[in-house]
Amino acid sequence: MLTYANPNRFMQLARRLTLPVWGLSLACLSIGLYMAFSAPADYQQGMTVRIMFIHVPAAWMSLFVYTFLTVSSIFGLVFRHPLGHVAAKSAALIGAGFTLITLITGALWGKPMWGTWWVWDARLTSVLVLFFIYLGYLAIWTAIEDPLQAGRVSSVLAIVGFVNVPIVKFSVDWWNTLHQPASVSRFDAPALHSDYLWPLLVMALGFQLLFFALWLLRMQTEIFKQKLRVRRLGLVETSNGTAS
Amino acid sequence: MNSFIALIRQDIALAWRQNSAGLSMSFFMIAVAMIPFGLGPDLKLLRDIAPGLVWVALLLAVLLSLESIFQADLEDGSFDQYLLSDTPLEILMLAKGLAHWLGVVLPLVLTAPLAGLLLNIDTPSLLPVCLILLAGSPAMSFLGMMGSALAAGVSRSGLLAALMVMPLYVPVLIFGSSALSQILTGAATGDWINAVFLLLSIGGVALFFGPLVAAAGLRAFLK
Repeated sequence: MLTYANPNRFMQLARRLTLPVWGLSLACLSIGLYMAFSAPADYQQGMTVRIMFIHVPAAWMSLFVYTFLTVSSIFGLVFRHPLGHVAAKSAALIGAGFTLITLITGALWGKPMWGTWWVWDARLTSVLVLFFIYLGYLAIWTAIEDPLQAGRVSSVLAIVGFVNVPIVKFSVDWWNTLHQPASVSRFDAPALHSDYLWPLLVMALGFQLLFFALWLLRMQTEIFKQKLRVRRLGLVETSNGTAS
Repeated sequence: MNSFIALIRQDIALAWRQNSAGLSMSFFMIAVAMIPFGLGPDLKLLRDIAPGLVWVALLLAVLLSLESIFQADLEDGSFDQYLLSDTPLEILMLAKGLAHWLGVVLPLVLTAPLAGLLLNIDTPSLLPVCLILLAGSPAMSFLGMMGSALAAGVSRSGLLAALMVMPLYVPVLIFGSSALSQILTGAATGDWINAVFLLLSIGGVALFFGPLVAAAGLRAFLK
């Protein structure tokens, strides 16, 4: 972890990793999608059950990315890891994207199954709040210009906002919701037939890899941007120096 | 301890002289009074949606007042004095939160019965309604000050603070308005008193974490 505190060393690693991670993720996603479409249609839900293979991995990722963002923020804020805030910022937009995908596919699935695009039950509402927290986090980065300052302030918000993550996870157990409770991550065997479980797990792996691929790319962009910013500030300073 | 009390007194005096409470109260009343223009003067409908309306209008009014908690201190340099003082920053933040609660939110809650009359809440229910709002009010101040501190010093800080605080207000809104609807449908005291304790405990948690987060946020901003 600390070996890659040096942005240059991180960049070297990132450059080497980006292409393989992209390849693996696209491979997983294509295999997963093929499996998803060759899985038998559900006797009750028909073809719409296939929405699950996008909806569920995206929902898992929305929580994973927020947790990742919080941990990176702690590394940035507490341990002063120089890449902590950059890592958190790079993850945030991707996480917001996954959350939005979850909400949209959920609505598309809800219309044929529940007869409504949206219900205000605990799971849906808490995911919506998660999306708002992502937006608030991103808003800090747009509002504060200095990246170091923005990093510190936004990481405090990230840590406060983490309170919502367990609420999203356990909302289906704590409240009686229209949304079904967890059927894969539970203490006894998953309540999902293997015809559906395997494509789902392959898709989840694909989404995970996709996140890392996108994140590596955004990390590199962000580091370049910050380097550019420092260069520009330096240029302004030297030109001011010669003028006066 | 002296600086703690002095800070509370100063902030309440400021809130009074700058009329922050008055502005929030007027906003609250106008917001509530606007609703019947949009929905039509159906008294039964207004009464049915009153719990949610009162809470949402109240939270929006509090959101508007958040910007003022730290803005002036950062601008006139008082904040550097807080950092230099012997009293820990967290304690001073607690004072600022308490002052906001006493100076702005409490007067706001006390105008709620008037808004209740506009929304056709019957007079015997007004006291329990006030009690529920009162129970939720510490949470509003201390959750709000987190966002206010994180956004302090940024241009358009009020907007940013609102964006950050609104998700945190969701539990208060949910439990608060469900308790209000229980009162208005004539449930027994035992049914909604739990919500009062729940709101108070959210307030307690916020009372503990709010000053800590606000101090961390302001330090993060200044360093």
